[in-house]
Amino acid sequence: MLRQAVSDAQSGKWAVEASDLTKDFGDTRAVDGVTLGVPTGSIYGLLGPNGAGKTTTLRILLGIIDPSSGTRSVLGHERPLDAAQEIGYLPEERGLYPAMHCRDAIAFMGALRGLPLGEGRRRADELLAGHGLGDWARKPIRSLSKGMAQTVQLLGTIVHRPRLLVLDEPFAGLDAINQARLEELIRRQARNGVTIIFSTHVIAHAERLCERIAIIAKGKVAFEGAVDEARAKLRPIVRLRTRSQNGPWRNTIPAGARHEGKEWIFELPESGPEPLLKALIDGGAGIETLAIERPGLHDAFVAIAGDKAAAEMVQGPAK
Amino acid sequence: MSRLLRSAWVIGRRDFTATVFSKAFIFFLIGPLFPVLLGAMFGGIGARVASQAEQPRVAVIASASEFAKLAAARSQLGDAMGDRPGVELVSVAPAGDPQAQVASLLASRRHSVVAVLSSPFDQPHLTGAVDRDGTIAGQVGLMLGAARAPPTAPLEVVSTAPSSGSVDRTRAITAQTGQMILFFLTIILAGMTLSQLIEEKSNKVIEVLAAAVPIESIFVGKLFAMLVTSLVGIAVWLGVGIAGVAIFTHGAAGAIPAPAVGTAAFLVLTLVYFAMNYLLLGSVFLSIGAQASTVREVQTLSMPVTVAQVLIFGFAALAVGSADSPMAIAGAVFPLSSPLVMVARAAEMPELWPHLVAIVWQALWIGIVVWVSARLFRRTVLKSGPVKRRWWRKSAA
Repeated sequence: MLRQAVSDAQSGKWAVEASDLTKDFGDTRAVDGVTLGVPTGSIYGLLGPNGAGKTTTLRILLGIIDPSSGTRSVLGHERPLDAAQEIGYLPEERGLYPAMHCRDAIAFMGALRGLPLGEGRRRADELLAGHGLGDWARKPIRSLSKGMAQTVQLLGTIVHRPRLLVLDEPFAGLDAINQARLEELIRRQARNGVTIIFSTHVIAHAERLCERIAIIAKGKVAFEGAVDEARAKLRPIVRLRTRSQNGPWRNTIPAGARHEGKEWIFELPESGPEPLLKALIDGGAGIETLAIERPGLHDAFVAIAGDKAAAEMVQGPAK
Repeated sequence: MSRLLRSAWVIGRRDFTATVFSKAFIFFLIGPLFPVLLGAMFGGIGARVASQAEQPRVAVIASASEFAKLAAARSQLGDAMGDRPGVELVSVAPAGDPQAQVASLLASRRHSVVAVLSSPFDQPHLTGAVDRDGTIAGQVGLMLGAARAPPTAPLEVVSTAPSSGSVDRTRAITAQTGQMILFFLTIILAGMTLSQLIEEKSNKVIEVLAAAVPIESIFVGKLFAMLVTSLVGIAVWLGVGIAGVAIFTHGAAGAIPAPAVGTAAFLVLTLVYFAMNYLLLGSVFLSIGAQASTVREVQTLSMPVTVAQVLIFGFAALAVGSADSPMAIAGAVFPLSSPLVMVARAAEMPELWPHLVAIVWQALWIGIVVWVSARLFRRTVLKSGPVKRRWWRKSAA
């Protein structure tokens, strides 16, 4: 299977492929049989509550730690560090040398990935200027705000122009404006053909950015596939408001429907909207409004990972 | 250049520049001045305290000419011993009954004497709170002997090149000094390497590094960066030291006997043994640092290693003055004490071949220690959770 994965990656189909990865820390199994595939050039989200095993999975994929069992292939390499020069990585816990100047920090991160120091400094100046930090190029990291330092680290992640970008909780700690900027940067990188994997416990980011996702809960992949496939796990939701309170039309409403205020909420029957509409009209419902909503990723997440995991995603408890 | 070495170069270059261009490095460079300044300061205070300390005073009942002879003898003895005599003499002219005068002097608070010497050149008597075989009686006896001795021909002194005894003594001092410099420098540098690693772990930079380069190259880069940093420090100290010796001794330092292997070879060997000692201890300290996540944990974990290193230093010090003894050979064979023992041997014994053997032997052990430490480092450096419970703790639970 791994040979097939490497072959696929070399052919450009998959940037990353993992098969049955497990990782044990003592008696605790942090990652339990994770299998996933990241298509080349896609934006791929790893979704899950805190402690689900996202960071450990990313660390295994990057070769920072080895799995207890299972196989992985990154950009066609069985040993991820062999592809290190083509990968950019933003860890969840940001790490920069406080005394280093911004341009040197970016150039150093590039040098770690094989970029000559002089070229790294030149690109660092360009990147800093392009992100409104040109005046800070020769100032130490310790003088930056948290958001600015995070931007510098992100620029260090892309300075060597990687083919694969791995971002662990990249939106954590950013204000709304910087989150929007980061989303735009991710889209721009994707437009340039860069494959992007990012982990998040905020569903909205994944919903806006990702083409494919993996939902991880308790170390296991609960779902892996396209965002639309995740949504397709649920039937569309019908929101109905009627003038009539009672009548034959009530037999049309499924047994599990909720009545909230003046609204009935229920899953669209498998027969589709037309028979439903006909039955409502024939039954004298007096339709005031009827909306058929496509379920969001959050609804799909609740259905796939469960209410408890979904609650943690929404609340986003601090780590 | 292989990937490992290239990555180690990137890590090492950053560590080197970050250290050498930091304020801390200036303190590192002037660090050796502190013991010298403190020694001078406390030495001066000690001398002042000693000079102001109350001397035992002995009253001498004698004529002025007799007292002058005794005082001259006291001064002569002081010069020869390289220290001032402990007993101070007080001149008292004879007056009336000698026994009554002695009793009066001993009782007098004005003179405050511990003893009275009467009739020094006829029938000397020392009366007072002194022991027959004690220091005061002994010193007074020597002064009397010198004062009463007939004049003799002055001692003819012929200065020659250093004798074998004086060379051995000087080389033993060189050996001890070499060992001490190696020991303290290694401990300081290994500690600095360790604190840098802890800083990186607390900054979370270590994960950025580990994702980009092999962990082994982080280990090797850090180890060698601090070695090169220390060589810069040593070069500065050597330069300042040589200039200081040339200025303050006016070339007299040239009269100091050279180490047995020769000055140049000794300096080269000292550098090599320093590198060996540092690489051995630095590797151990780095692998300790990989397992700790806080400064407190580092202190707890490194304490046994530091204590062991002090014991090893003591063991190596036994080799000074007896380079071919079984103890010295055992010290040269034991990897952790080998550099310290061999630097002492370089000062005292002229043969070079034992150094070649020792360097190969130490290099072998460095390879083993660095390899094991790097693997341990790789396994533990990114663990941030609670320490894994060991089997003995499990069974105790």
